[in-house]
Amino acid sequence: MEKTIVARTGNEAMAEAMRQINPDVCAAYPITPATEIMQIFSSFVNDGLVNTNLITVESEHSAMSACVGSAAAGARTMTATSSQGLIYMHEILFIAASLRLPIVMADVNRAISGPINIHCDHSDTMAERDSGWIQIFSENSQEAYDNMIQAIRIAERKDVSLPAMVTTDGFIISHGMERLETYPDAEVKKFIGEYNPPYNVLNLEKPITVGSIVLTDYYLEHKKAQHEAMKNAKKAILDIGKEFGKVFGKEYGFFEEYKTSDADYVLVCLGSTAGTTKAAIEELRQEGIKCGLIKIRMFRPFPAEELAAALKKCKGIVVLDRSEAMNTQAGPVATEIKAALYDAGIAKPMHNYIYGLGGREIYIEDIKNVFRNISKDTKGSNEVKYLGLKEA
Amino acid sequence: MANPKQSALVEEKFIGGHRACAGCGFPIFLKQVLGSTSDPIVVVSATGCLEVTSTIFPFSAWKTPFLHNAFENSAATCSGIEGAWQSLKKQGKYDKNVKFLALGGDGGTYDIGLQSLSGAMERRHDMMYVCYNNEAYMNTGVQRSGATQFGQHTTTSPAGKAVSGKTQGSKNLTEIMVAHDLPYVAQTTIGYWQDATKKFEKAWAITGPKFVNVYSPCVPGWGYHMSQTVKMSKMAVETNLWPLYEVENGVYTITFKNPVEKRKPVEEFLKLQVRFKHLMKGDDKSKAIIAQIQKTIDERYAHLELMEKATNPAAK
Repeated sequence: MEKTIVARTGNEAMAEAMRQINPDVCAAYPITPATEIMQIFSSFVNDGLVNTNLITVESEHSAMSACVGSAAAGARTMTATSSQGLIYMHEILFIAASLRLPIVMADVNRAISGPINIHCDHSDTMAERDSGWIQIFSENSQEAYDNMIQAIRIAERKDVSLPAMVTTDGFIISHGMERLETYPDAEVKKFIGEYNPPYNVLNLEKPITVGSIVLTDYYLEHKKAQHEAMKNAKKAILDIGKEFGKVFGKEYGFFEEYKTSDADYVLVCLGSTAGTTKAAIEELRQEGIKCGLIKIRMFRPFPAEELAAALKKCKGIVVLDRSEAMNTQAGPVATEIKAALYDAGIAKPMHNYIYGLGGREIYIEDIKNVFRNISKDTKGSNEVKYLGLKEA
Repeated sequence: MANPKQSALVEEKFIGGHRACAGCGFPIFLKQVLGSTSDPIVVVSATGCLEVTSTIFPFSAWKTPFLHNAFENSAATCSGIEGAWQSLKKQGKYDKNVKFLALGGDGGTYDIGLQSLSGAMERRHDMMYVCYNNEAYMNTGVQRSGATQFGQHTTTSPAGKAVSGKTQGSKNLTEIMVAHDLPYVAQTTIGYWQDATKKFEKAWAITGPKFVNVYSPCVPGWGYHMSQTVKMSKMAVETNLWPLYEVENGVYTITFKNPVEKRKPVEEFLKLQVRFKHLMKGDDKSKAIIAQIQKTIDERYAHLELMEKATNPAAK
């Protein structure tokens, strides 16, 4: 297959994926740093490059509401947002998931107010981690582009039928220009296939009632069905990641392992920090510290068993959390990892750091220090530490 | 125009078996609005009495496609369905003629859903929004809303010893919708069958955004006998508390002419209902509240007469 090599920002890469996916409907509202995705896409619409009906709603709440209506009407439906926009959608995210509507959304990670801040952290996506959406993180523009294309297939697969969000780190990826390989339109079109909706309120031959009130007699069963769909999503993500590899040359799984096979110490993180960590690992290995990285791609559903197996051999674990859970015990990623290890009967030293909130820079030296710290500690620590904090 | 007998012959899209109260207003206006076109209708409803009493899983009173999303987003959700329909039609993936109806009570329309409604109307979606106004949040147990009348008792504006009901007047939502420059805006009520069906028929025939505000009495929320729903509806019109009118592309027509010298005093309407019982003591404070309600009614009707005169001098 002939690939085109271009220089693109994360936002441009996601907009390009959306052009190739060519959804029937997009309903969106601008918010920094995701605005650009819909701006670029609006040009695609007005230049006649896509068939999409762009609904320029008056808020993110209405954006997700219109997406629910559109997806229930049998239209392939997408949107993009960030931060306050995502959490303004909060109520309707749960409804979209429970109605089993395979809406795909680009979410450009940005800190949540307050204080108000426009830069990257993962607090927006993490605030919606229990909403029933599939959540896929991206390290760079290429992954953002690839993940958007795969998310359509994952969300729409019959045994899944759940909405999915693909995230990038605000500004770091969304506005950072990188090398991007794009695939021919026809190949992307072939890969995603025709949309076959789970049900359709425009089907007049079979009128259905959607969004019924479900009380004590059926609510629990309704949720269990959603739980099963999330389990199926795990398999779908692996299957489609493999298929994507066969077609486009890069296979995707639940997470990426980097130099973990002989690593004494493994750092777990999400998003763009993985790139910084890879650089730090190269340098530290020169110093004789055998370290590695696990970059989680799929955060919902959470690959607990697989992560526990991957972390089984190392001597110590570092978990970097780019958001706060404010439980004083652990950040959202570390909480999940601890639970996964407990279930696997694994106990080993772990350090958990909160870092990069509100776009605070993280440097190779910071990562090297956290590896050095864990390498000197045999017991671990339950204390949640802040990385990169200014000295008082 | 369909009279009740003719409406009864149209295949029903909303059927019996729902659990609305005996005497409830909304099943009546549903019959009127759903029976006023022979085209298929996709219905969206806000959370509220209408939705919870008609869709108790695994049952449904709907024989036409129905979608409920949340409380404040009936209009936005409907705009998404209409947007999907436009897109699929344009692409040749769907070819049926469908009409779109978004529903909400006064809570879901005047208050929590106003932004969603305003946005959908401003975007000119081809849909009709019908508000069924019963002047309080009835589904949650009669709390005040933006539509609640001055002095009205609700559970959050109770008739107390120090404060006698709601201390603010009702929002004039219909005029807010007129300000959206819609091709069709109207007020009607369930008790005037032909007025209602004539307006719905007219609205359905128009492409673009339409808004109809339906006055819909509520037995438990207002406190009257279930046999008196139609009477309540008619009394609201005869006192001018709920004038019947329509605005077509900015042209006003009062469809029930009821000048101030002819209209009944509002007290005749208020005294029939428990929600205004505290105002019937004959004391100065109660009299002042009733006078204030009357003043607002007469001012609003005078405004309507002026608007009709200015925009529609030929109106009779």
